[in-house]
Amino acid sequence: MQRIGDSPGVRRLLIVAALVLTAVFLLLPLVAIFAQAFAKGLGVFWASVTEAHTLHAIFLTLAVALLTIPICLVFGVALAWLITRFTFPGRRLLQTLIDIPFAVSPVVAGLIYLLLYGRNGWLGSWLSAHDIQLMFAWPGILMVTVFVTCPFVARELIPLMQAQGSREEEAAVTLGAGGFAVFRRITLPNIRWALLYGVILTNARAVGEFGAVSVVSGAIRGQTNTLPLNVQQLYQDYNTVGAFSSAALLALIALFTLAAKAGLEWRASRRETHA
Amino acid sequence: MSIRLDNIGKHFGPTRALEPVNLDIHEGELVGLLGPSGSGKTTLLRIIAGLETPDRSGTHTPARILFGQRDVTHVHVRDRRIGFVFQHYALFRHMSVYDNVAFGLSVMPRRSRPSRSDIRARVFRLLEMVKLEHLADRYPAQLSGGQQQRVSLARALAVEPDVLLLDEPFGALDAKVRQELRRWLRHLHEELNFTSVFVTHDQEEALELSDRVVVMSDGKIEQIDTPETLYRAPQNRFVFEFLGDVNHLEGDVHGGVLTCGDARLAVDLPDGREELLLRPHEVRLAEQPQADCHLPVTVTAVSPVGAEVRVELEADWLAKPWLASVRHADFEQLNLHRGRRLFAHPRQWHRFADAASAPAPSHAA
Repeated sequence: MQRIGDSPGVRRLLIVAALVLTAVFLLLPLVAIFAQAFAKGLGVFWASVTEAHTLHAIFLTLAVALLTIPICLVFGVALAWLITRFTFPGRRLLQTLIDIPFAVSPVVAGLIYLLLYGRNGWLGSWLSAHDIQLMFAWPGILMVTVFVTCPFVARELIPLMQAQGSREEEAAVTLGAGGFAVFRRITLPNIRWALLYGVILTNARAVGEFGAVSVVSGAIRGQTNTLPLNVQQLYQDYNTVGAFSSAALLALIALFTLAAKAGLEWRASRRETHA
Repeated sequence: MSIRLDNIGKHFGPTRALEPVNLDIHEGELVGLLGPSGSGKTTLLRIIAGLETPDRSGTHTPARILFGQRDVTHVHVRDRRIGFVFQHYALFRHMSVYDNVAFGLSVMPRRSRPSRSDIRARVFRLLEMVKLEHLADRYPAQLSGGQQQRVSLARALAVEPDVLLLDEPFGALDAKVRQELRRWLRHLHEELNFTSVFVTHDQEEALELSDRVVVMSDGKIEQIDTPETLYRAPQNRFVFEFLGDVNHLEGDVHGGVLTCGDARLAVDLPDGREELLLRPHEVRLAEQPQADCHLPVTVTAVSPVGAEVRVELEADWLAKPWLASVRHADFEQLNLHRGRRLFAHPRQWHRFADAASAPAPSHAA
């Protein structure tokens, strides 16, 4: 059947345009990364990946992501619950405020944290007097990473929880369930796919964050260098293969994340057709 | 368990949803809250359940909700021992029918929770009662509306509530299933003898199902009575109009005769503007006018389906068409068809001086 705007010519043109754009802007760079990483053979790639500083960068990146996810999870669920289950003055404002990390440039976010918590910052002088160092150390990296990733879970949950409404939760309460039982047995099962999806997005962003982290980390090799920072450093040192090896690792993590997301979507659609 | 409400009102922000009301529901009674949408009936039901909190009373009488002798005004929903059936069932979509019904038992504190096998036995007894034991493993999305409604009833009854509250229980079902479930609920109510309150906007449903009906409009209770009394002796115009089809006759009374265009009707009323109300079955049709009654009408539609024939009548003197219900025998005798000119004779009419006044039904020849 042919619909309006669906003539064979238009269709072919659109398909070709989509394919060309995808190839030029997405696929080609990805291929280039791996091509560069393996330009001098597998051995050199392996050597640069297992280099001590790079290994530490990998460890730091994954550790920060692992710490960020639970924080964002708790924050996101609490926020979504608050916004969708209660009415209170300032609810709309709060809903807008959630998006601040998306609206603010990560570099600006990093600078604000530096200003607040750095040695000469407002809170930083008190902190340094108590011998607590947040900036140019891993806690600072964690803080800015949480800042830039905290909206993802809440943004996934809010529309879903709004659409589902609170009827099932009310029903559970009338049947005698306590607050925790309602959350564990009714709310959580209903939002678990959106929750997982939020976690995947959070993870992708946490691993790849550059701007905010570069401001607060100080990029000390073997101490506060994350994978994205490592890429930049190695590249500036004219170590192209090393830079691209780290970049290839990041790309691999991204591809793995995408695969996980696609798998989830596939499972969710299968569940829907079955139910 | 009887239910008693004292001075229960509710505002949502500046909007008044419910004027302070008093209501007594006897043990074992099945009471219908009837009213148009926005009349406050669902709010009242949710306050009884504890899903909404009533306003704090502004007068000397405190706002109170009693279940039997137990003051539950400040008792949380989960401890009120109520069964609540939601308008769109609110079944747990990720749980099987069995798990839905077992939910209330499975969240009981460990001390009082029945054993696994006891829960199983109880759930299957309930599923048998609602005739769904063969669907225990299904998920809500795989059931029809009527089946979902029965699951939600079984789920509410599983915790052996003191009172059963139902919010528009049959609203989303088609007419035939609704009729069947209604009869079934009435039966169940008589068998188990719990106190139930249900909300509906369907007057037929309220009149058929309830021991007593609470008619509400605009956040107020208009009348509380048995279905018979309500239909025969409505206390005000709102109740009269809400409980069935109504024909209006508006005109000027002068010297005992109400005139409206070329229509005349002898009435025993003082001079002035009057509006008389008639039910469709109170309109008789004849080929000739009478001395004290001259109401010429033209038949515009005839619907011979059901126990009586419903006839739509129009006339120059009528702002809105009248409805008359005629016996099938009269239908044939009068040779009713579209375009036929006849005369209407009120068997009886009603008038309400104003919303608060007592009813004053009167008879015409």
